[in-house]
Amino acid sequence: MSGPANSAIITENLTREFKGRVAVDSLNLTISSGTVFGLLGPNGAGKSTTIKMLTTMLSPTRGSAFVAGHSILSDPVGVRKSMGYVSQMLSADGALTGFENLMLFARIYGIPKSERRMRIEEVLRFMGLLESSSQMVSSYSGGMIRRLEIAQSMMHHPPILFLDEPTVGLDPLARHLVWDKLQELKTLFGTTILLTTHDMDEADQLCDDIALMHSAKIAVIGSPQELKLQAGADSMDGVFIHFVGEISDSTTNYHDIKETRRAARLMD
Amino acid sequence: MTSRKPDGPPDSWIKALGVSVFLRDTLAIVAVELVKLRRDPSEIITRSIQPALWLLVFGQVFGRLRAVPSGTIDYFTFLAPGILAQSVLFISIFYGISVIWERDLGILQKLLASPAPRSALVLGKALSAGIRALAQGLIIYLLTMFMHVHLNWSPVALIGVAASIVLGAAMFSTFSLMIACIVKTRERFMGIGQVLTMPLFFASNAIYPIAIMPDWLKIIARINPLTYLVDILRALMISGGSSSFGIGADLLILFFVLIVLVLVTARLYPAIVR
Repeated sequence: MSGPANSAIITENLTREFKGRVAVDSLNLTISSGTVFGLLGPNGAGKSTTIKMLTTMLSPTRGSAFVAGHSILSDPVGVRKSMGYVSQMLSADGALTGFENLMLFARIYGIPKSERRMRIEEVLRFMGLLESSSQMVSSYSGGMIRRLEIAQSMMHHPPILFLDEPTVGLDPLARHLVWDKLQELKTLFGTTILLTTHDMDEADQLCDDIALMHSAKIAVIGSPQELKLQAGADSMDGVFIHFVGEISDSTTNYHDIKETRRAARLMD
Repeated sequence: MTSRKPDGPPDSWIKALGVSVFLRDTLAIVAVELVKLRRDPSEIITRSIQPALWLLVFGQVFGRLRAVPSGTIDYFTFLAPGILAQSVLFISIFYGISVIWERDLGILQKLLASPAPRSALVLGKALSAGIRALAQGLIIYLLTMFMHVHLNWSPVALIGVAASIVLGAAMFSTFSLMIACIVKTRERFMGIGQVLTMPLFFASNAIYPIAIMPDWLKIIARINPLTYLVDILRALMISGGSSSFGIGADLLILFFVLIVLVLVTARLYPAIVR
């Protein structure tokens, strides 16, 4: 089964435990096609674990999920063919040029040889990187690297994009440019985008719907306006504080902090 | 640009072309490594210092001692294929650390989120190590030529040596990737790498024949894959060289170990991002 046709992602009691600790607890989500969906929450709330399961990097302990109609359990390759993924970390290879980075993935995603160059130019132009495509990525700015990574993730025209903290460590200008590109992706190509973020401004501006995760569960779900109304807050910061309450120190572990800080430092 | 339907391309033709997809993805990984190696070949040069020392210092001294029975050939000629195999081992056994780096950088996550078969990602890495080892082999050939070792220059033998180097490097680098997937951190990996290298080297026929080993070591040497790499190189690299186990058997054993390691490592591969 794959649920309603207009749903890009469906999770059914999706659960992951690590040595007795529940990282994601019976998650039930339905994400409509062509929307930007934000997964928010404090460190250790289960956002990254959820993305890892949906992108088939981690198998769930219980439950299941469907991505673009493919089961993460029985058809992981189908899932991976229908999605693009941008990791929280700086994942473009600095030892290669922008073009070479894209060529690797053009091959791996099975884009025919005759089309590769065209597709690469197409995404480079879309992301405003055409002029710098022959430069080594090690000379790129954080914003350029992020745009290159998004370019890479959309080259095979996936219906769904997963973005793990897409603007962490970027300056406001670079951040706004990434937002604009993501909006364009949605409106021009109907791409469904699932992103995690700690940036409440980003969630407010970019997301059609938001799920706020807390202690492995969904605390609340709705559009930014609905959440603000429910919380009686005038900003997403207020919503976050209202629903997550006092931030529990026990949920954030060393590993989460290390990952976030490393990502931010690398992007700088 | 047009948006593709969520169900993607028909799976049937992709399945039918499974082998070619596997090869395409393997070669895509190799191509990237080649570009990097071409841009920065310094590793090949620095890595050739150690085998050069073994040949020039150890080989010369032990050759003069005549302490090791090397059959019909002189000790230095006996040693040369052993040192070639050793450098293949040394360049490959720490190769797994690259996957820990790539995990820390997020490159590996991106590859794992792609439809590329995990075994192709592993074999691509393994063959890349093979290419590095080939470059190393070239340097050792030059050194041994300079030392007046009588090398076997027949094209068949040269192709055989090149294939054995790639096969050996692919096997040891996959072993290394497997360890990286299990230990997950750089520090633990370096520790284990150090612990493994020397026993693998000394419990083989690289610098002395199996015949002079004590019985317990003979058993270990016979289950050590390095022994079979040395054996085939000794048969093919030097003129008048011979194999103890048979070239066919050597190749078969190396190939079998490689396949098993690739399959095991492909299963373990996603674990490294957890």
